[in-house]
Amino acid sequence: MMTTMIAARLAPQGAAPGRVGAVIGRNLGALRSGPSYWLVLLSGFFEPLLYLLSIGVGVGALVGELTVAGRALSYAAYVAPAMLAVSAMTGALAETTFNFFHKMKYQKVFDAMLATPVRPLELALGELGWAMIRGSLYTAVFLLIMVGLGLAEPLWALAAFPATVLVGVAFGACGMAVSTLMRGWQDFDLITTGQFALFLFSGTFSPVGDYPAAVQVLVQVTPLYHAIELVRGLCIGDAHLGLLGHAAYLCAMAAAGLWFAARRLQRRLCV
Amino acid sequence: MSQLPLIHARGLVKRFGDFTAVDGIDVSVAPGESFGFLGPNGAGKSSTMRMISCVSLPTAGELRILGMDPAREGTRIRARLGVCPQLDNLDFDLSVRENLTTYARYFGIGRRQARARAEELLEFVQLADRAGGKVEPLSGGMKRRLTIARAMVNDPDIILLDEPTTGLDPQARHLLWERLFQLKRRGTTLVLTTHYMDEAEQLCDRLVVMDGGRIVAEGSPRSLIQTYSTPEVVELRFGDERPADVAGKLAGAGERIDPLPDRLLVYAADGDAAVAEVHRRGLTPSSVLVRRSTLEDVFLHLTGRTLVD
Repeated sequence: MMTTMIAARLAPQGAAPGRVGAVIGRNLGALRSGPSYWLVLLSGFFEPLLYLLSIGVGVGALVGELTVAGRALSYAAYVAPAMLAVSAMTGALAETTFNFFHKMKYQKVFDAMLATPVRPLELALGELGWAMIRGSLYTAVFLLIMVGLGLAEPLWALAAFPATVLVGVAFGACGMAVSTLMRGWQDFDLITTGQFALFLFSGTFSPVGDYPAAVQVLVQVTPLYHAIELVRGLCIGDAHLGLLGHAAYLCAMAAAGLWFAARRLQRRLCV
Repeated sequence: MSQLPLIHARGLVKRFGDFTAVDGIDVSVAPGESFGFLGPNGAGKSSTMRMISCVSLPTAGELRILGMDPAREGTRIRARLGVCPQLDNLDFDLSVRENLTTYARYFGIGRRQARARAEELLEFVQLADRAGGKVEPLSGGMKRRLTIARAMVNDPDIILLDEPTTGLDPQARHLLWERLFQLKRRGTTLVLTTHYMDEAEQLCDRLVVMDGGRIVAEGSPRSLIQTYSTPEVVELRFGDERPADVAGKLAGAGERIDPLPDRLLVYAADGDAAVAEVHRRGLTPSSVLVRRSTLEDVFLHLTGRTLVD
């Protein structure tokens, strides 16, 4: 609802699906460019998986069971949904930060696109669409692994999948928005650091409830916390109304990021 | 109907903060015309082109492209333009052919049609043998030709070329000019910017001379030369003497005497007669060149500066 409202304000004529699709198609075409892009794709996938195996399964053997929402859970089953959310985040962010910035600033791909009927909002939607596809590929495979390892019930894994798509869209939109503000590669260190901080403290490896109250509040305003809560709730089969709140947070994040990114693209490239 | 201008600008202004790049220009381009903006770097040519190509909105003034307002119908206008920017922005992640087919998709052209169009255009710009290859190893001239092919993918009503041959070697330039001349012959409307007077003379039916964001003269290359210069120009070089010092001794030898830092120009209807007059006055230039007037002379006369510094 919010997304459509903002999109409507941004572009009175709306966005043409054909042109959004053409932007996505450009990125699919780039996949054929050579093995280097595939390597980047693969490495982004393995990171959360390695964490799951080393910490979830490895450290999990030392930790034993946890009690979440009144039910006993193996540590690996606790960590796995968080890694799933993280992989949705990294997949989308890798595409909308580094790749997006490269295309915008150095390859001038967007300048070429904006000389055609494609509008900034359509460009942003297309880039986000592609980031969503990439993120969803990661999470689909990750969910299969979770089911294979017995860390999630197949039906709940199926329910969690759309949630991971939403996580990808939310982080992708914000990543894109931040990228339009970047001056050069040095600024990306900030993104990497921020991403790592979220990764460590968003209820990933230990329940947020164990933190001091002030830290708890701080964590609860950051995005990955909501992503993990939503995804974990579904993965462990603990569906409750609170999940809608987390989903709403992510929807708002996606809409705001998209709106900001399209506006900045216009200001940066259409002068 | 055919009299309706494709591009119509009145009092067009573009400002970036305090800097005025384009300072109130009037331009009108008719269908089938080949129109040029001639001027040195920083004259406001590229800013004008960006406004015409509907990626940048005018700060003030009136602009109509194909009878439409860029502020409200930018997408519809861009659908009918072909843009070849000053710096090639080809997609290095895609093959030569895909650069055209992918671009065609942005215009909503179907896959099959895009592919057929790409083959046809690659043939036209003589890159058919590179179709499946990467873009990066192409030479500068090939990349520019591919960019021009890309600008034609939607069969545009107007092709906009910003400095089409800047940075290319002479051979590549001539090949490109030949291709653009083919387009011109087919009746395509071309709008180009250049700071090469030979390019303007070769390709433009009509042009405006820009300097400091304003238009200082307008006409066909020939009429501009007739109006602002003499049929012939004598270029004199004097070994050690400064041209400015010699200029005084040549008063009346031609219609106008213009001392430049490295040489002295004598504008005359008859160059040989002017040279005879120079010798009669006892001057012994180290080199003498009689040539026809060019747009370079027009620009020098209008602005007191040369086009390429």
